[in-house]
Amino acid sequence: MSFKWMNRKNVLFALLIGILLASMFLPSVGCGEKETTTSPAGDGTDFPLHDPMVRFKIATTTSLYDTGLWYHLEPIFEELANVEMDIVYAGTGIALEYGRRGDVDAIIVHDKAREDVFLADGYGINRRNFAYNFFLIAGPENDPAGITGLSAADSFKKLYEEGMKGNVKFVSRGDESGTHAKEKLIWGEAGYDYEEIRNSGDWYVEAGKGMGPTLLMANEMGAYVLADISTFLAYNLKSGLDIVSLVEKDPIFLNVYAAIAINPEMHSGAKIDIANQFINWLISDEVQEIIEAYGKAEYGRSLFFPIAGCDIPGCPPVEAYTEPVPDYKP
Amino acid sequence: MGELWDGFLKALELIYTFDPEVMQIAGRSLSIGLTSIVIGSVICIPLAGLIHFNQFWGKRFLVSLIQTFYSIPTVVVGLFVFVMLSNVGPLGGLGLLFSPAAIVVGQVLLITPILLGLVISAFRGVDQTILDTARSMGASGWQVAVLVIKEARFGVMAAVIMGFGRAISEVGISLMVGGNIRGVTRVITTAISLESSKGDIELALALGMILIFISLVVNIIMNRIQQK
Repeated sequence: MSFKWMNRKNVLFALLIGILLASMFLPSVGCGEKETTTSPAGDGTDFPLHDPMVRFKIATTTSLYDTGLWYHLEPIFEELANVEMDIVYAGTGIALEYGRRGDVDAIIVHDKAREDVFLADGYGINRRNFAYNFFLIAGPENDPAGITGLSAADSFKKLYEEGMKGNVKFVSRGDESGTHAKEKLIWGEAGYDYEEIRNSGDWYVEAGKGMGPTLLMANEMGAYVLADISTFLAYNLKSGLDIVSLVEKDPIFLNVYAAIAINPEMHSGAKIDIANQFINWLISDEVQEIIEAYGKAEYGRSLFFPIAGCDIPGCPPVEAYTEPVPDYKP
Repeated sequence: MGELWDGFLKALELIYTFDPEVMQIAGRSLSIGLTSIVIGSVICIPLAGLIHFNQFWGKRFLVSLIQTFYSIPTVVVGLFVFVMLSNVGPLGGLGLLFSPAAIVVGQVLLITPILLGLVISAFRGVDQTILDTARSMGASGWQVAVLVIKEARFGVMAAVIMGFGRAISEVGISLMVGGNIRGVTRVITTAISLESSKGDIELALALGMILIFISLVVNIIMNRIQQK
């Protein structure tokens, strides 16, 4: 009996060891499979095997991810730089935090004020703007607050007044993202103190989610929401939103995306050479053309605009995107 | 209800057609979960034995403490492991953050209390008279320990199955320390979270069903081993 049991135990043990050994191949298996899958760009080519494997980590704002732009760009850069690109989905707030900690090599964000602090603190270098688009305020089609045609600030005033009466709801990202920062800016422009707004009642809903999920939540609730136009269009096509775009074309809605490399003097592990190559690639004509064309077939218009077309007040200076970043010299 | 049915059909379709991305994600969930449970078992079963077979001051309290941690939220474990493995954290030099290994570290921490607690309970449930008899017949301490493990094997296996279930179904750790990176750390639970946030409810439901299917297969295999 005891002999038989030991036998069984051995079998079990051998099985467990086998599983353990198999799982040790896990990272290589994962990457190998990834490289042989068909490119999401749809061109049907297989990715070549990268050897040796260099991992390049970026944290990207949710709108560029939710719209699928990274799915499109990732394989192109992987092949160009011969790296394995790890893209972490993060709003601007958490992306900056990853950058401060040195957990990623570059970040893609869209909040100029906090970017400036990040650069001034020395965590990031070589910021380049590479795309822009606009925010919009979406809400129920019958527009119970009557904001259609108003400016951004006046719309927010109306939403607050009607919200306090219990007539409408507003869903905020509430996650310290770039969109959330823009929302706070508009509340300030409308003459309110943001802390008062967020504590003013049930009408103000903090989602604490990415752009896409926040839109879906506002849609379910029949509420108003501040969204970037690209995510709004992408979700409208995919999920058939009931809320519609009501307020656009206010200069305050300008939304500029920036790529920033992590300063290797702060975090010696940061892969500055690849980050520089990546940033220069983003502002290259090749990628600018991809950005211009992205989504046109599906949505009838661009989701993001090449940064060179940005010519309204608040747009970055020309050198913020025309000047390639220099090679890093320690 | 229509949505659930569509999700079910979609799950069947994804399994039937061997959708490469889904298979890869499912395989990753499975191998990360199994690695965690193997490492967890190798550490916890002997450790539970040490706790059970030795009398020491504070033992009761220790067991209560272990049981308290059954209910530790996965995001708390995720946050703890993130702080430890982050580049500026104490173990940042290992460069494990946003890798499958980081998820394994988190899952092992998550299931350790369950494994320890349930294995100790299983050992406790062993009939004392069997052990007394064995001792009176001259069995050594080691032989008695083997006897206890043998007698308690159903309970031990239940603990292992439970631990595996908690590991493969968690989302907080995978999201926080894995980063949900496509092709690297995207597992079924984080893919569900992403797909549902992208509004693809059907695919999210299908992935959920695949996860349950995997658990079913693993449990059948484990039960087989146990009953032989």
